[in-house]
Amino acid sequence: MNAVVEYTSVRELRGPLAVVDRVEGVGWDEFVRFTPESGGERHGLVLEVDRGTAVVQVLEDTAGLDPARLRAAFTGTPLRVPVGPGWLGRICNGRGEPLDGGPPVFGTTTSAVSGDPVNPVRREPPAEPVLTGISAIDALTTVVRGQKLPVFSAAGLPHLELAAQIAAQSTAGGQPFCVVFAAMGVTHADAAFVRDALEERSASGELVLLLNTADDPVIERVLTPRIALTVAERLAFFEGRHVLVVMADMTSYAEALREVSAARGEIPARRAYPGYLYSDLASLYERCGRVRGLPGSVTVLPVLTMPAGDITHPVPDLTGYITEGQVVLSRTLHARGVYPPVDALSSLSRMMRKGAGPGRTREDHLDVAAQLLAALARARQVRELADLVGQSALTATDRAYLDFDDAFGRELVDQRRDEARTLEETLERAWRVLLTLPRGQLSMLPARFLDARLPQDGR
Amino acid sequence: MGGTTDTAPGTGRILRVAGPLVEAGEVGGTAMHDLVALGPDGLPGEIVGIRDSVVTVQAYEYTGGLAPGMPVRPLGRPLSAPLGPGLLGGIHDGLLRPLSAAGDWLVPGALDGHADGERVAREFVPLVEEGETVEPGAVLGEIRGVGPLTLRVLVPPGCAGPVRGLVPPGRHDEDAVLATVADTPVRMTGQWPVRTPRPVRARLDTVRPLHTGQRVIDLLFPVALGSTVAVPGGFGTGKTVLLQQIAKWCDADVIVYVGCGERGNEMADLIEEFGALTDPRTGGRLVERTVIVANTSNMPMMAREASIHTGITVAEYFRDMGLDVVVIADSTSRWAEALREFASRTGALPAEEGYPAGLASAVAAFYERAGAVTTLGGHSGSVTVIGAVSPPGGDMAEPVTAHTQRFVRCLWTLDRDLAYARHYPAVSWAGSFSRDAGTLTAGHAAGDDPELPARRARVAGLLAEAGRLADLVDLLGITALPDQERVSVLGGRLVREGLLQQSALSEQDAYSAPEKTAALAEAVLAVVDRCRELVASGVPAARVEEIDFSPVLRAREEAGPHDAETVERLRATMLDRLREVP
Repeated sequence: MNAVVEYTSVRELRGPLAVVDRVEGVGWDEFVRFTPESGGERHGLVLEVDRGTAVVQVLEDTAGLDPARLRAAFTGTPLRVPVGPGWLGRICNGRGEPLDGGPPVFGTTTSAVSGDPVNPVRREPPAEPVLTGISAIDALTTVVRGQKLPVFSAAGLPHLELAAQIAAQSTAGGQPFCVVFAAMGVTHADAAFVRDALEERSASGELVLLLNTADDPVIERVLTPRIALTVAERLAFFEGRHVLVVMADMTSYAEALREVSAARGEIPARRAYPGYLYSDLASLYERCGRVRGLPGSVTVLPVLTMPAGDITHPVPDLTGYITEGQVVLSRTLHARGVYPPVDALSSLSRMMRKGAGPGRTREDHLDVAAQLLAALARARQVRELADLVGQSALTATDRAYLDFDDAFGRELVDQRRDEARTLEETLERAWRVLLTLPRGQLSMLPARFLDARLPQDGR
Repeated sequence: MGGTTDTAPGTGRILRVAGPLVEAGEVGGTAMHDLVALGPDGLPGEIVGIRDSVVTVQAYEYTGGLAPGMPVRPLGRPLSAPLGPGLLGGIHDGLLRPLSAAGDWLVPGALDGHADGERVAREFVPLVEEGETVEPGAVLGEIRGVGPLTLRVLVPPGCAGPVRGLVPPGRHDEDAVLATVADTPVRMTGQWPVRTPRPVRARLDTVRPLHTGQRVIDLLFPVALGSTVAVPGGFGTGKTVLLQQIAKWCDADVIVYVGCGERGNEMADLIEEFGALTDPRTGGRLVERTVIVANTSNMPMMAREASIHTGITVAEYFRDMGLDVVVIADSTSRWAEALREFASRTGALPAEEGYPAGLASAVAAFYERAGAVTTLGGHSGSVTVIGAVSPPGGDMAEPVTAHTQRFVRCLWTLDRDLAYARHYPAVSWAGSFSRDAGTLTAGHAAGDDPELPARRARVAGLLAEAGRLADLVDLLGITALPDQERVSVLGGRLVREGLLQQSALSEQDAYSAPEKTAALAEAVLAVVDRCRELVASGVPAARVEEIDFSPVLRAREEAGPHDAETVERLRATMLDRLREVP
């Protein structure tokens, strides 16, 4: 390792970038500490080093810096953070510095924030559920330990409330569980809300909270999810916990990335996002999983707002290509007063078949979910038809589907923001909703489940 | 770091590092596409540009900590793949380094230095005599006991002369020298530069079909051995599931599965499933005739770029033994993105959406390595390439999708509406094509299934008619249509639900043999014909629409993969039911 070398040869400051001349032995992705004469400290990462010139992205932005009165110390290695159980119960900013008045977070060891890819051969396919206590998710898009399942939302929808509720209520079948919550670009009000909502979890030492608010330095967000995941990996694979990492809002993260890219004059791809957005997002999302022979799991729940509700926008689009399904929130349901406004037909958990059903959740879970979705699809068609021809022109069966649809929203999806439902309760509610349909319409449910719940009248 | 000095001849110095892009000066004896070892840890990189005395290198590992002044050692050889019997059943990274040798996490350098790791001895049986004169591509001998296949050891291209030092039959090390031809040692495991296509004697016109076991493909959009297919589909359209189904069930000899920039959990699943699956063709395990190249989306990006080339080189190696090989690349869009990112870092002028101007020719060159051939040794073999494409935002006009469509013979477009309606495989009949259908049809007409062309035409016709009418129905309602057209709409539904849908999770129906596919298609068509007769004889279409068609809709689930009889029995039940209608 090199000793830390300090330079005063900062040549240029431009947006979030600092260019340092006449450096020697500076490596790519190295961590840098800037000391302005005016006091304080700022931090950066080397984006490029060309002969004696290093281009550094400054996490706290360059405002107020004077190149002539600035020292840059290159630390000799990519950024490492302390890791270990010392993080539990702590509240920090987006760079991992305490906001809770406590001492700096102490770890028994350090890890590089960039992380190393898990060897695909050593991955254990995910197989057990994380129960969130939210009916719409547990019943229809079960989250599986080691999965990455994003929440796609739009401005004005209660995605942060939902994320906080999931973070507050989730459990892993009685096994050690904790949450790492990385908030990026959220407002102060939202940050305060998240702190309050998760107070209990924090008090019981099951929470790590990283808060980068909307007025915090933008570039710092590039680091926030990486610190969260690095901390989570340690808590999972070396401390044996099942860790849920919530990252909200990934759109703010991608904007920080775009800002740096633009400042460097890189050739833009879709909507001026850098061409490496896919790889960059993958380097975060892919850090979920389980590893053969090691305890614990990392489950990743990114939350993102689709600009103008556009699902083809690069951030949701590329996220969808990487993650294993998506939970989509709907403006229509929100307007109808349903919370959480989960659009069940657009949502999908690709891992659900592995993590739910006999031996995982309940014997009838997958059949119930399949039947609910099939009936919902039919109900949606009926609703469109009813809008065209009027309710009176519908057959009795069709009207039963409209009743089913109403019951589905009211009985199953809608729940209080502080209500944690057990899986039993969720599935019983699902059954009540299904039984609003005549038995002849429940062809996807095996007869033995139906017989147990319906009087034997043949119909 | 930094303090290391390396004074081997030709050693140069790093000048610039920006992510996977490294520039170095004073490197001796370099040529384009040669490998170099970067820094004190010797990270692998490939020379992709030489200007004045500065070489541009794409690094195949994370370059964090790499600094100007560190040594760059030329390795004097291009990026090559070790081609041997050890590939089968193995899982490799984009440079074909075995992943099973590395630990839980892929730290830079973890995959190197394995060369002197475990070596397996294989049974070798020579098929030539000592001193016999051989030509390139001739069979020196066979390797036995590697799964269900008999592998051949061939005289390398460009090598001819008498065989010297031939080893006796028996077990030999995987990289042992088995003989010498014209002073060139022939090893059980040879090396081949991945960016150079292996030579062949002649390319053949393709007339043999590749049976995929997926009805919508085998019936409507068939693919020939040695052909090329692109599978574009947005996320959630079931692309990966369809490709994995083909990998599991198609009747090729060897499958090369390239997971290029895709999900780690999916690769883990694939590895576990292939390891557990019984091979439907040999009774062994499927993994024994599979080579997996896994470069997940978080593994180093430039190795992703290489993985496409290593995958197809492996396929050519097995092809040259006279085998039929299928390469499945999921997804070529991630490969194109790696090209784009690197081009951007070198400052190349962008063409469309930031992609380099050479994108179209790079895509074309990749697909052109497919083909049915006569090998140098006179055998016939083939490489079929099936490449997934992931269009951003489902935009089929974006550069990778648009260019790929120009160069492939078949296109299986996955449709988001079908997928959302849980119609799988979501292959769109309107947006797909097969330029092989014609030649294959000619082959079938002369072969074992003379009815196939007519059957295909009728099913396609019915789908097109139903599709056209569906737009009208949306506007006017079904009751506005004449009765015969209402039967067409019904027929379209029966084809979709009774014939084209196929669940990858079904034990009975995940694979459909040609005889089952034919029986199902005939059953649906016969039922539609009968419905037309009913309506023609005066039965109202509304009455026909209310008939319970479940026997013909259930047939695909009730009949096993080869079970045409059950299908025929259900067809008879259905037709009887229709007879009772008037």
